[in-house]
Amino acid sequence: MPQYPNRQFLEFEQPIKELYEQIEATKKLAEKNPKVDYSNTIQQLYASIDEKRKEITTSLSPWQRVQLSRHPDRPYTLKYIDKMCTNFIELHGDRNVKDDKAMVGGFAMMDGETVMIIGQQKGINTKARQLRNFGMANPEGYRKALRLMKLAEKFNKAVISLIDTPGAFPGLEAEERGQGEAIARNIYEMIRLKVPVICCIIGEGASGGAFGIGVGDRTLMMENTWYTVISPESCSSILWRSWDKKEVAAEQLKLTATDMKGFGLVDEIVYEPDGGAHWDYDDAALRLKKSILQALHEVKDVDPLERVNQRIEKYGKMGFWEEVPANSLV
Amino acid sequence: MKKEHTEDIESRLTGEDVKPAEQEVQEEKRSWFKRKRQGILTSTADKKEFPEGLWNKCPSCNHICTTQELKAALFVCPSCNYHHRIGSKEYFEILFDKNEYTPLFDEIKSKDQLGFTDLKNYQKRLDEIHAKTDLKDSMRVAVGKVHGQEIVVACMDFEFIGGSLGSVMGEKFSRAVDYCIQHKLPYMVISKSGGARMMESAFSLMQLAKTSGKLAQLSDAKLPYISMLTDPTFGGISASFGMLGDLNIAEPGALIGFAGPRVIKEATKKDLPPGFQKSEFLLEHGFLDFIVDRKQLKEKIAQLVTLFQH
Repeated sequence: MPQYPNRQFLEFEQPIKELYEQIEATKKLAEKNPKVDYSNTIQQLYASIDEKRKEITTSLSPWQRVQLSRHPDRPYTLKYIDKMCTNFIELHGDRNVKDDKAMVGGFAMMDGETVMIIGQQKGINTKARQLRNFGMANPEGYRKALRLMKLAEKFNKAVISLIDTPGAFPGLEAEERGQGEAIARNIYEMIRLKVPVICCIIGEGASGGAFGIGVGDRTLMMENTWYTVISPESCSSILWRSWDKKEVAAEQLKLTATDMKGFGLVDEIVYEPDGGAHWDYDDAALRLKKSILQALHEVKDVDPLERVNQRIEKYGKMGFWEEVPANSLV
Repeated sequence: MKKEHTEDIESRLTGEDVKPAEQEVQEEKRSWFKRKRQGILTSTADKKEFPEGLWNKCPSCNHICTTQELKAALFVCPSCNYHHRIGSKEYFEILFDKNEYTPLFDEIKSKDQLGFTDLKNYQKRLDEIHAKTDLKDSMRVAVGKVHGQEIVVACMDFEFIGGSLGSVMGEKFSRAVDYCIQHKLPYMVISKSGGARMMESAFSLMQLAKTSGKLAQLSDAKLPYISMLTDPTFGGISASFGMLGDLNIAEPGALIGFAGPRVIKEATKKDLPPGFQKSEFLLEHGFLDFIVDRKQLKEKIAQLVTLFQH
C-alpha cells in the first residue's frame, strides 16, 4: 500500500491526515533538536492513527461506505490475486472481438489447488484507469469471463470471481455487440456451471455489470463495499430527479454488507483491516482468502447436478410479495 | 428539420406520469404568437363536449384517427405503421383465440418490505396504482390457445412503474415456467420494461438469476421459450430473460438495449446514430431472429409452435 505522503484521504479520513502531518512536523523538529527525544511523541501519534482507523469504520454512513469502496488506494482484483494466489497465469481474449482490459482472469494456485479466478480490474493511476476503462467491462469482457469459466468447468476447477465495477460500460459499441445479451448469457451459464463458484464483492457491486460475473454457490461481501441494483448517484438522478440525493439514495437502497447479509442475499461479510482494506493489503487479502477457502470447503463435495439445483433453488427463494385470494381483488 | 427526441426511458421507472418534452414545444412556439389576454374566453354555453379518448394522434407521424379505428388496426398507425404501446390486456386479446384465456398467479401482489421512500413511499405508490388500475403488478400471465394450440404467455404492463422487474415479476415468471413444465407447454414472454425496480433494491437484481435458473429448467425439459421484445425493453430485462429466448423476436421500431439512450449520450458525449437501439438495428447486429408486425403476430406464433411440436 502507498506510504504517506503518497496516500490519499477521503473527507472523513482527514483527521488521520492531520495526524500524519503532525508526525512529519515532529520528525522535522527531532532533526533540528537532536538532543531532545521525540520518539515517544511519534509513537503516540502512530497509536492515535491506529485508534482513528478503528473509530472511522465503526460509524460510517451508507454513503461513506460507498466512498470507501471507491477509495483510490483500495486494492483491486489483480492485487488480491497476487496476494492470495501463486502461479497466476493471466489468460486473454474472448476469441471473438478483442481482449477487454476491464476484465481479467486466469488459472492460479490457491492453497495447493488450481482455481480459475476472474474479476473486473480498475486502474491504479490515470493512465491505467483509462486502459481499464474504470473497471467497466464491454460485452467482450463478459464473454471472456464466460470462456474462462467454461474452461474451468471442462477441467473441473473451481471458479472464484472478484467483483469491483461501477457498472457495465454504457457505450455505442457495447450496445452494438449486445451488452445485455452478454450479461444475460453469463448469468444463465453461471447458474448451471457444474463446478463450485464463489463470488466476492471486493469494491463496487453495481447492478448487472457486477451480477454478470456474480452468480454462484456462495457470495462473500467485504465490509466496506456496496452491492445493489443501481448506483446511488443514478438512483438519485432518476427517482429524485437530482444528482444531490445520493446520500439518501444510498440509505434507501440498503446497499451495505450488513444490509445484504441481513436480507440473506449474500452469505458472509468479510471484515476488513481497521479503516478499510487500503490500510493493509496483506491482511485484507489474507482475510478474504480465508473466507474463500472456507466457502470452497463447504461446497466442493456436492454432486455437480445437485449443485446446480441448489443454486437454482437458492436464487428462486429471493424476493418478497404478498398473496391474496385472486377473487378478492376483483 | 425534425429533431429526433431521445426518450428518457429511466424516468418511467419512477412510477409517475411523465409528460414528454413539453418544454421544447413551448420554446419553439414562443417567438411567433403572443397571448394578449389571459385565460379561456369562450363562454361555457358555447363549449363543445367531446368524450375523452375519442381521437388519437400518432406520436410518429401525427396522423389522427379515432380510437376505434386504431383498436381495429391492433393499435398500429394506419398511416405509418407505428406500433403504439399497448398492455397485457390488448396482447392477450390479439393472441388468444376468441379472447379466451385463463389468468394465472393473479394472487401475487407487490409489497414494500424495505420501507423504500424516494419522493413518495413505495407502499403508497403501489396502493395508488392498485386503486387506479386493475393491475396487480407489471406482469400478467395467462394460458390459452393460439390457433388451437395451447401456450403460456407472460406479458408486461408498462404503465405499472415502467414495467419494472421486481420480486413479483420474478415469482410469476418462475411459476409460469413451472406450469409450462408441468403441462408440457411452450412459453412466450412479451417484454416492455424500463428495467429493474429500484424500490426493491438488490432483491430486484437477484430476479435476473432467479428467472435464468428457471429458464435452465425449461430448457432441460426441451420446451420452447419465445422472447418477444416490444417498445421499450431495457436494463435488467435485456440483461436476463429478454435476450435468452430460444427465439428472440421484436416488434418493428421498438427501442431495445441495455443502457438507455440518455445514459449513453451522457456517458459518451456523442450523438446517437439514427435508428440506434431500434429492433432493426438489433436484427442487423445479430441479436434477433426476426421482426414481426403486430398484424402477423398471431399467425407467426401459431406457425412457430407448430414447427416446434411436429
